Amino acid sequence: MIFTLIRIELLKIFRKWRTYIGFIAIGILVPLLHLAMYLEGQRSLEFITRGLRDSFVLVGNLLNGYWISYIILNALTIHIPFLITLVAGDLLAGEATAGTYRILLTRPISRIQIVTSKFLSGLIYTSSLILFLAVMSLVIGLIIFGSGELIVASPDSIIIFEKSDIIWRFLLAYGFAILSMTVVCSLAILFSSLVENAIGPIVSTMAVIIIFIILSAFNVGILNEIKPYLFTNYMLEWREFFNDPMDFAEITKSLLVLSGHIILFFTATSIIFHKKDILS
Amino acid sequence: MNTEENVIEISGLTKRFKEVLAVDELSFQVHKGDVFGFLGPNGAGKSTTIRMILSLISPTSGKIKVFGKPLTENRKEILSNVGAIVEKPDFYLYLPAIKNLEILAKISGKEVSQNRIFELLELVGLKNRAKSKVKTYSHGMKQRLGIAQALLHNPELIVLDEPTTGLDPHGMKEIRDLIIRLSKEEKKTIFLSSDILSEIELVANRMIIINKGSKIVEGEVSKLLNTNSVKVTVEVDNSEQAVKVLENTIWYKSIESITENKLSVNLEQKDIPTLNKYLIEKGVMVNALVPVRSLEDYFLNITSGAK
Repeated sequence: MIFTLIRIELLKIFRKWRTYIGFIAIGILVPLLHLAMYLEGQRSLEFITRGLRDSFVLVGNLLNGYWISYIILNALTIHIPFLITLVAGDLLAGEATAGTYRILLTRPISRIQIVTSKFLSGLIYTSSLILFLAVMSLVIGLIIFGSGELIVASPDSIIIFEKSDIIWRFLLAYGFAILSMTVVCSLAILFSSLVENAIGPIVSTMAVIIIFIILSAFNVGILNEIKPYLFTNYMLEWREFFNDPMDFAEITKSLLVLSGHIILFFTATSIIFHKKDILS
Repeated sequence: MNTEENVIEISGLTKRFKEVLAVDELSFQVHKGDVFGFLGPNGAGKSTTIRMILSLISPTSGKIKVFGKPLTENRKEILSNVGAIVEKPDFYLYLPAIKNLEILAKISGKEVSQNRIFELLELVGLKNRAKSKVKTYSHGMKQRLGIAQALLHNPELIVLDEPTTGLDPHGMKEIRDLIIRLSKEEKKTIFLSSDILSEIELVANRMIIINKGSKIVEGEVSKLLNTNSVKVTVEVDNSEQAVKVLENTIWYKSIESITENKLSVNLEQKDIPTLNKYLIEKGVMVNALVPVRSLEDYFLNITSGAK
């Protein structure tokens, strides 16, 4: 039954116009970024590597698809949550708004099955959006700009990865991004279970993320104390896959914290939805 | 009536929303094969009760048994044999009617063939619009689609919450005819809520009237409505004179003057022509005689009070 429910949920998700807003946004934005990089990318690259050029001779195609994709992934992971919440915030609240809880919940299916199918469908939507981002930025980037070594700048060093040492890092980074965005999706579904209009969950989820990101950005004593408890603090940990050596302990910790949040939000949603009186 | 013959058994059902007592210690039974009228004015607690029977909301206290089994413990098994329309029929507006029915068929707990879906669309007169998105449907069409989705899995019990709301007289008649057909030909048990007494009277064999969440009366429709005792509102030229005239007779049960030109007389139905004849013979001009059954009168009072 759960597979049937997931198929039904996916049908509902992908028959709604709002679902495609995320894909359209990425479909427009990424080519624009590609164009900007095509026109101005060399200057950016020279700015990043200005210190190195005094001591080293940099050869090869550094303005390549990998580097462009890395820049795009950095730029968009902050904004993707909004595109996720547009759909996830509607998953339960949308049924309440439309009044369709009544035809859904008078069928012989349990509420936990409904919540589970909505979560898994949300996960599939999230994954498809991130994979679309991967295809748009990485695949098209490689086609337009070609491949080459990846140069990554961090506050205290610059790392250059060999061509053969890059793809797996991107795969893991996109995988990590899916996990991060699933936390956002889960939070939006949790808020969605509380109300009868999708606007509330979308705004609430974005508010939480923005507040958490701002709190994470300040390097102040008391805020440093609460940072470990903010899930947004772990969402950009995919960057660790582009470090050498990678800090596996930090990556594992982030994976556990993010997974824990997903389980927590799913459990809370299940309990709330199980007890919810359907009055819409 | 033993337990096996009860399709729905409600005992001491109560629902409280914070300070509001929506349903108060409600008890009744729906027997197998009944068209059971569930009557009450707006806000009487009908929809809340129906939502509890369908497990959409949980009772504050009390017990619900459907097909002789407690609802909470046997929810899935029970709902696989129940079809329902709860308040207005809402669907996935962005999907065609047939897709809506296909989705609901898949989760109805029984095998539902594509033929069955088309049969039902034909039954409710929507076969030609099967591929139209529901957002293009009128209220009446949605209501008919609601009936189709309730019948998809051929349930034994059909719960219809005000199914004729918003329909024109022709549409109301179609729904009534369908209810009668489902009851007589397919032997379904039908739980029909309404705030219109005449609608229940036309199709139901048993009924309950509730108001402010409590039971007012329950029983067979024929016994509750076709009582011999009726109240007649008589419009005359002078009600005081009419009262004096009638006080000398013995066949009325009670009498009261309402206004200068109206009086109310309780009497046996068979005595209405005598009343008319007697008043005219005694020189009282009778402009109108309007019989009102006591339950109907009561129901009109609580309905108007609710408004």
